[in-house]
Amino acid sequence: MIPGQFEYARPASIAEALRILKDNEGSAKVLSGGYSLLPLLKLRLAQPELLVDIRDLDGMDTIVEADDDLRIGARSTHAKLAADDRIAARHPLLHEAASGIGDPQVRNWGTIGGSCAHADPSSDWPAVLLATRATIICRSESGERAIAARDFFLDTFQTAIEPTELLTEIRIPNSTGRSTGAYEKLERRAGDFATVGVAVQLEIGDDGRISAAGVALTAVAETPFAATGAETALVGQAPSEAVFKAAGAAAAAQSRPTTDSHGPAEYKRAMAAEITVRALRRAVERTLAGSAQR
Amino acid sequence: MSTHHISVTVNGEAHEADVEPRLLLVHLLRENFGLTGTHIGCDTSNCGACTVVVDGVSAKSCTMLAVSANGSSVKTIEGMATGATLHPLQQAFWDQHGLQCGFCTPGMIMQASTMLEDNPDPNEDEIRLGISGNLCRCTGYVNIVKAIQQAAGELRTAQDAPAEQAAAR
Repeated sequence: MIPGQFEYARPASIAEALRILKDNEGSAKVLSGGYSLLPLLKLRLAQPELLVDIRDLDGMDTIVEADDDLRIGARSTHAKLAADDRIAARHPLLHEAASGIGDPQVRNWGTIGGSCAHADPSSDWPAVLLATRATIICRSESGERAIAARDFFLDTFQTAIEPTELLTEIRIPNSTGRSTGAYEKLERRAGDFATVGVAVQLEIGDDGRISAAGVALTAVAETPFAATGAETALVGQAPSEAVFKAAGAAAAAQSRPTTDSHGPAEYKRAMAAEITVRALRRAVERTLAGSAQR
Repeated sequence: MSTHHISVTVNGEAHEADVEPRLLLVHLLRENFGLTGTHIGCDTSNCGACTVVVDGVSAKSCTMLAVSANGSSVKTIEGMATGATLHPLQQAFWDQHGLQCGFCTPGMIMQASTMLEDNPDPNEDEIRLGISGNLCRCTGYVNIVKAIQQAAGELRTAQDAPAEQAAAR
C-alpha cells in the first residue's frame, strides 16, 4: 500500500515547526513516530497536504522530575518510558502501560505525544492520562496552553489540539506517597490493541480509606473516558472486594462498547467490569505494600 | 509534488536517492537499492517481516518514510553475513530449522539481533516477547526460539573470548 501524495517538511526547531503549522493551518499533519499515522496514510484514511516530521526537534524527548509533576517530552518513545527507572519506581501505572503497548518495534518508535494526539479509541496512554489527571501542553506561535487530560480527548481521533498547535509535553502529577496505580489490559494476543484497558490511580488516607481515585477505560467507548461513576464509588470507602465490584459495575455502566472482531458489546461490558476490579485490586495491594515499607 | 534528495547508509555503504515523500523505507531498500532480502508482508505494521535496524533500533520499514531515514544508518539482512560466513543468527536458524518458507526470517533475524544486543542472555519468555512483533505462520516459533538461544550462546562466547584472553595475560 502506498500513501497518497503529500509534501514533507522536517523543521530543525520548535519555532520553525510552529511557523510551518501556522502557515499551513488545517492542511498539515505532524509526524512523530509514525506507527499510527503511516497506517492511516497508507489506507488513505488521512490525506494531509503536508507532513511535518518533528524527529529533529531538540528537547522534546526529555523526562524531568519537577516539584509537582513528572514532565514527559511528547517525543519520548514508549520504549524509553518503559525503561526509565524513575518511572518504574514512582509511576507504576505509567511503567505498566508503556511496557505493554504494541510490540518492541512499535515501542521503539511510537511516542506518547503521538499516541495522545492521534487519540485512537483503543490506545493505552489516554486512559493513563485521564486516570492520573495529567495536563497536556500544546504550543502554537501565539503561546502555550495547558489542557487537562479530562478536557482533551473529545471523540474518536479527536482532541482539543488546534491545527496550529504542537503537543510538546505531558505532565503527570507526582504521587503523594500514599498513592499508586496499575494498568490492566485484556488483549487477544501479545501486541494487540486492548479489548479493554483500565488505568487506575488510587490514594489511601491514614484512616485506611480511599481518599482519591482516578479510573479510566480504553477501547470500550468512542474515545477513552474517565469512569467518574467508579471514582465516586471508591472515594471514602475502605478498599474491599465489594467496593471494587461496585466500582467495576459503575465503570461498565458508563462504557459504550461496540461489537467488533474483539467480541460482542455485551462481552466487552462484562470485561470492563472485571478488568476494572483486577486493576483496583492490584493498585490497592501496591499502595498497602508501599505503606508497609515506610 | 516535490522530491527530496536523501543520503542513507545501508550496511555500511553510502547510498543516495531522489525520493517522493510518500516512498516507504522498505520500497527504497528493495526497489531503489535492490536489497530484496527485506520482505513486505502485511504492509500494515503488524507482521514484522520488513524489520530492519535503523540507527541501532529495530523498525518496521513499511512504517517509516524513506525521507525520514535521511541521514540514518540502516542495517538489513544483507549486512549480517561476513563474506561466505553466516552470522551466528543465520547459522542458528539453519541449524535449528528456524525457518520453513523463510518469508519472516529476515525480519526475525534483524529483530533478534537488536534483542540480543540489549539482552545477551534472554530466557525463553524474553525471547518470545522480543519477537512478539514478528509473525511466523509456519514454525509455531519453537525452532525460532531455539535458534535465537543457540545464537545468543555463541555470541556470548565470542564476546567473552577476547576478555578471557586479556585476563589470561
